[in-house]
Amino acid sequence: MDDITLCIGGEAGQGLDTMGQLLAKSLIRSGYEILVSQNYMSRIRGGHNTFSIRTCTSPLLGPGDEIHILAAFTQESIDLHQDQLAKRHLILTSEELGSKNTLDALLPVPFQQLTDQKILHNVAALGCLCGILGLLPDIGAGVVRSAFGSKDQDLAQKNLDAFHNGLNWVRERIEDAWHLPSVSPPESGSRLMLAASQAVALGAMSAGVNFCSFYPMTPATGVALNLAAHDQELGCVVEQAEDELSAVNMAVGASFAGAVPIVPTSGGGFALMGEGISLAGMTETPVTLVLAQRPGPATGLPTRTEQSDLELALYSGHGEFPRAVMAPGTPEECFYLTRKAVDLAQRYQTPTIVLTDQFLADSYRAVPAFDLHNLSPVAQPDTSAFPQDYVRFASTASGVSPRALPGYGPALVVADSDEHTQEGHITESGEVRTGMVDKRRRKEDGLRQETAAPEYSGPDSPDVLLLCWGSSKGAVMEAARICSESGMRVGTLHFSQVWPLDPAQFEDRLRQAGLVVAVESNAGAQFAALIRRQTGFAVQASILRYDGRPLSASYILPRLNPLIKEQTNGHEQ
Amino acid sequence: MVTSSDFGQFETAWCPGCGNHAILKAVKEALAGMDKQPRDVCLVSGIGQAAKTPHYMLCNLFNGLHGRALPVATGIKLANPGLDVIAESGDGCMYGEGGNHFLAAVRRNINLTLLVHNNQIYGLTKGQASPTTATGQTTKAQPHGAYSAPFAPLSTALSLGAGFVARGFSGMTEHLVSLIQTAVRHPGFALVDILQPCVSFNKVNTHSWYKERCTELDDSHDAGDWEAAMRLSMQWGETIPVGILYQNTDRGPFEGHFPQLEPGPLADNSPSLTTLESIMQTYA
Repeated sequence: MDDITLCIGGEAGQGLDTMGQLLAKSLIRSGYEILVSQNYMSRIRGGHNTFSIRTCTSPLLGPGDEIHILAAFTQESIDLHQDQLAKRHLILTSEELGSKNTLDALLPVPFQQLTDQKILHNVAALGCLCGILGLLPDIGAGVVRSAFGSKDQDLAQKNLDAFHNGLNWVRERIEDAWHLPSVSPPESGSRLMLAASQAVALGAMSAGVNFCSFYPMTPATGVALNLAAHDQELGCVVEQAEDELSAVNMAVGASFAGAVPIVPTSGGGFALMGEGISLAGMTETPVTLVLAQRPGPATGLPTRTEQSDLELALYSGHGEFPRAVMAPGTPEECFYLTRKAVDLAQRYQTPTIVLTDQFLADSYRAVPAFDLHNLSPVAQPDTSAFPQDYVRFASTASGVSPRALPGYGPALVVADSDEHTQEGHITESGEVRTGMVDKRRRKEDGLRQETAAPEYSGPDSPDVLLLCWGSSKGAVMEAARICSESGMRVGTLHFSQVWPLDPAQFEDRLRQAGLVVAVESNAGAQFAALIRRQTGFAVQASILRYDGRPLSASYILPRLNPLIKEQTNGHEQ
Repeated sequence: MVTSSDFGQFETAWCPGCGNHAILKAVKEALAGMDKQPRDVCLVSGIGQAAKTPHYMLCNLFNGLHGRALPVATGIKLANPGLDVIAESGDGCMYGEGGNHFLAAVRRNINLTLLVHNNQIYGLTKGQASPTTATGQTTKAQPHGAYSAPFAPLSTALSLGAGFVARGFSGMTEHLVSLIQTAVRHPGFALVDILQPCVSFNKVNTHSWYKERCTELDDSHDAGDWEAAMRLSMQWGETIPVGILYQNTDRGPFEGHFPQLEPGPLADNSPSLTTLESIMQTYA
């Protein structure tokens, strides 16, 4: 069977995340595609969490909603997911829970027999799932060994035993009906398992980022943790600041002195950073921020997903200054667009922002290993010695001034948050002010010329064009594919950069479509509004989700079909 | 040989008689006296009249946001530990708006010098109570007197384990020069709280008010005695002790904990492709 969605459900603290990650990695090392959606509550233990893996042989697009295999570690996870089970399904659970339930497709596992330690139940269950899916035992065992082997040989052996016991137990009881189509395992190391937090961190590392200041906030913290895990080899300073105000100001200071900084945060933290972002704009200091969106306002739904901070990213900070805002749709785009954001920040000496969200931050996928030798170069701070008569904010045609670093030569570097002269000193002159505003605005023209074009797929002049940005890419493309398979003419236009926009790149697509539908994870159709402000084009309809859950094809389709019907009927008349 | 004039001469926007003039002079003399090159010094300030000080000096400078001088200074020091970083601003900026950063900077023990122009009033916004204004002192914004207890920077810093805590007075410039020099040499976070008159808005803590009270600590005070320092830090009345209350170098500076800073400034660091490749493979 191809295209299976597995859902691992249980309480926080039961090791579901570890188990899910090991299974996902086993699938990737076996050669399958995966897409993980994580669902967790804002608590440390208990509650109900899920780790869902959709897997198949061809590239996956969006999260799956029907569950084929449910690995349920609590009664709640059986009860809550019964309605989502596919027609043909399997519920793997423990003996105790099995005895309480009368469902047909129940597979009660005697975990106590498989391992004498409760903390290894998850690894025994991993063995069961690898057996059910028909993965090569060596691959699963290799993943377990690499996860536990480095810590303690005895511990690694116990985990391996639990894994093999689970695998063998299930093989004797389940025939191969659930096996995935066989594929040949890829070359070792050729595929990575990455979620946005990791891909952003890797992109940052590859771009020469060597400073990260942050204040912990879900779902952004992963970026800092991934950098901290390698800080000494990378030569990167990672500092947990006392608050978000400090985090962004520290990054501005570090950048002023020649570091290449990144500042990960989420909506509430980003809101606090507004003034510091404005400071980076005024002092023309490169800084890259990662805004991992989650539902607001205020604390909102802290562990769930939304795309409602687009306007915060666009308008954060007071006054007017140039910026670039990226909105990657996949972990792979996270890598390249974080690199690009760092590069643009350095070259235009201004803040840049990478917008992710909880769904993307926690959504592992299989990504081909990056060819680090053939990446386009990223600008780094100029460490040459500038002369004594150097002025920091020299007026240039591009608006970008030569940037010296303090301590690298006779040049003295002067920066000010007040409006300043070309020398960097405070001024209240109206004429100088106008000149400086114009200088900073000129940088926006350069930035616009480097805007990543939106990605279009579908027929020319489609009946319906689905407009999307950021992480909803996969769900939207899958919905379009399903529509196209039933003969409808549907196209998708995905924006991976949302500011600045260059209407010449996409305006024709909008005007040539019969109906343009914005698909966004927010209540205000924020991107559609931005398109209208930039082009005057009014998107005619929208499909919006703001219940904190990620967009999926099965959410989009029932809302899209009536719109398509209306549209195609209109055609026939 | 560096002289005070190497740090420049500028026309200032300060009121005649303001304590800032003497502090600026002391900073320049302190740095020149230590033979510091302007290119190796970076002054960082926030917002307020005191925060303009860097603009009246020739050296690297970053004049940032209200209350945020310390995070910016911390970032600069971490990016390039070779720079002598001095954060300089007023009592409102450092102890009010920047209070949390003050606590964190002391706790980190980052190797920088903090000079606070403490005039116990908000001057730039024309005379409201500051965090160090005495309880009961009336201003236009506190016509019935300030209700809050004044912030005690020295005892707060001591309670957080600060390694260098000193008080200066703008009217004792020579003494102030030596305090600043010892602070700059101190390998860790060094606080010099500098009392100064605000001639326009603080009619209580005037130059003569401080002059009558500020008394230089003599040799009988052991700067290694934390409890004695704590007692002196609380002393505020007819006599106000001025000098180095406490100095201890037991804690290494914060930036010393990062082996990745040993090769030099971050701008000179970039990981090799082999390193990146091996890190990438941890995700395979």
